[in-house]
Amino acid sequence: MADVLVPVEMDQFGLAISTADRQASPGAGAQSFVSAFVENRLGVIGLGIVVAIALFCFGGPLVYHSDQLHANIALTNMAPGPGRPLGTDANGFDILGRLMVGGQSALEIAVAVAFVATSFGALWGALSGFVGGVLDAVMMRVVDVVIAVPAIFLLIYLASVFRPSVGLLIVVLSFLSWLGPARLVRGEALSLRTREFVDAVRAAGGSDSRIVGRHIIPNTLGTISVNATFQVADAIIILATLSFLGFGLPPPAASWGAMLSQGTTYLLDGYWWEVYPAGLAVMVTVVAFNFVGDALRDTLDARLRDR
Amino acid sequence: MIGYALRRLCQAVIVLLGLTVLVFVLEHIIPGNLARAILGQRASAGEIAAFDKANGLDRPVFAQYLTFLSHVLHGNLGYSYRLNQSVDSLVAHELPNDLILVGIATALALVIAVPLGVAQAVRRNRALDHAATGLAFLLYSMPSYWLGLLLIAGLAIGVHAFPPEAPQAASAAGVLSDPRALVLPVVTLALVNVALFSRYMRSAAIDTLAQDYVRVARAKGLPSRVVLARHVLRNSLVPVVTLLGLSIPAVLTTGLVVEYVFNFPGLGLTYFNAAVNSDYPVELGITVIVGVATVLGSLFADLAYAVLDPRVRYG
Repeated sequence: MADVLVPVEMDQFGLAISTADRQASPGAGAQSFVSAFVENRLGVIGLGIVVAIALFCFGGPLVYHSDQLHANIALTNMAPGPGRPLGTDANGFDILGRLMVGGQSALEIAVAVAFVATSFGALWGALSGFVGGVLDAVMMRVVDVVIAVPAIFLLIYLASVFRPSVGLLIVVLSFLSWLGPARLVRGEALSLRTREFVDAVRAAGGSDSRIVGRHIIPNTLGTISVNATFQVADAIIILATLSFLGFGLPPPAASWGAMLSQGTTYLLDGYWWEVYPAGLAVMVTVVAFNFVGDALRDTLDARLRDR
Repeated sequence: MIGYALRRLCQAVIVLLGLTVLVFVLEHIIPGNLARAILGQRASAGEIAAFDKANGLDRPVFAQYLTFLSHVLHGNLGYSYRLNQSVDSLVAHELPNDLILVGIATALALVIAVPLGVAQAVRRNRALDHAATGLAFLLYSMPSYWLGLLLIAGLAIGVHAFPPEAPQAASAAGVLSDPRALVLPVVTLALVNVALFSRYMRSAAIDTLAQDYVRVARAKGLPSRVVLARHVLRNSLVPVVTLLGLSIPAVLTTGLVVEYVFNFPGLGLTYFNAAVNSDYPVELGITVIVGVATVLGSLFADLAYAVLDPRVRYG
């Protein structure tokens, strides 16, 4: 009997996936992974947007110079015009330039969190699932406990106790994000260890470490990589939420959430350029990563089915 | 069934105990010490020692945990030195407001999402389905405050249809007496839930539509309206009932943000203000409440599933 009953198979958003849906897409057959992925239009669009955003954030400042460290009260709340395509904010920072700098920290932190959380969670889940018994029960109760408090509450608490920095945010966000992958990988490990090919390896005299290294882990890599992609999207949203609430990186560091939060003060004044670009930036980035994650999952599913 | 329920209950109790350990640890990672955090920078060593003694902070950590546990079990969630009020009375005062917000929003979300999900399943991969799926995807990728801000910009500032701020009343009755001001916060919270619930409903209905008993019902000539209402809808509701229990953390998270955006007088906003003011006892007290709600929600989900779907009991 499963410890946690999941009524319908879920993806990262808690969006349910039905078996019928999965079978609707044609199998990839012998096609390589890349060409199967390329067939997924939304995935390619998502990947394109992700690349464009990364170029915008990291390459943009090389061609578009703006001072994001020194406030300039002579240039506050300027509407878009020549030399400032998206205007300036209440501190006189150029909005276009600030979007780039804010995006840098968002992407860096989110990717780092996805990497740390997914690796640690996968390890935790694999160990728990393989060893089973008392250790499994204890390890999974630990996951249950940390998951019991919604991440945003813990994050706000920790951010109110400690002064947020890039390093601290990565640690804290990872501490709250490894639980999902841990459960997913444990579930896979539990079902994989009873599969025939594992019995076959055993029968042929293969060691436990061979089973784990050559058979189980490669089989969970799909789940792990799909999950990591969704983790990036989740981390960007939660990071933006945190900085929107004022618990993100302290000024003069730029972040999309803080830009949006500051811009809302001027919503009534009609300073649209201080609100919409930052909000759109968060939304488009998250949608793009979700598209990529969805496409990855569909592609991997199709390949697994046709194997 | 009873065996399963008991086992699941034990598990929940263990997790709740773990939760108290987690909150206790959170309380003790405050740099410096609690006395310094509460009494302020200029407190003398003597004052700090007196505070530690009065609050048992000079005792061994394990003894402190047992005291903390006993307090929590007796419903004593701590004392806010900043608000000069016990956390219990704060919670008792504001929880009804949250129940109003979350209750109405969840009910509204179900009323929209259940028929929408079934309609999407029946017309799978047609225009309606694609439009609803796209919208759900967009709503899901949208930070909830961004959605709230868009609604404020459009409906409060743009056309002046609703006030941009939630009812500013202290009591639950006061909150209910200003329904127009409730609209935007409720709609924001509901829309996020519609995105989640309709996806579930859609896939549950798709799976149900493929079942043999639906084919039998059709084959024996039942009108499709009856098939949908009596067989498809009913059976598809099972996962949605459990989803209600499992969605508590997501709803609380969105709730906190929505309360902040609309200045809604609830626990989420109180949590935020406590964090801004470093009012740790309030933060930790609300963390306990939120954790307990989540654990009970998932317990409810599992038990409801076992009751509604007999196959689970014998699994």
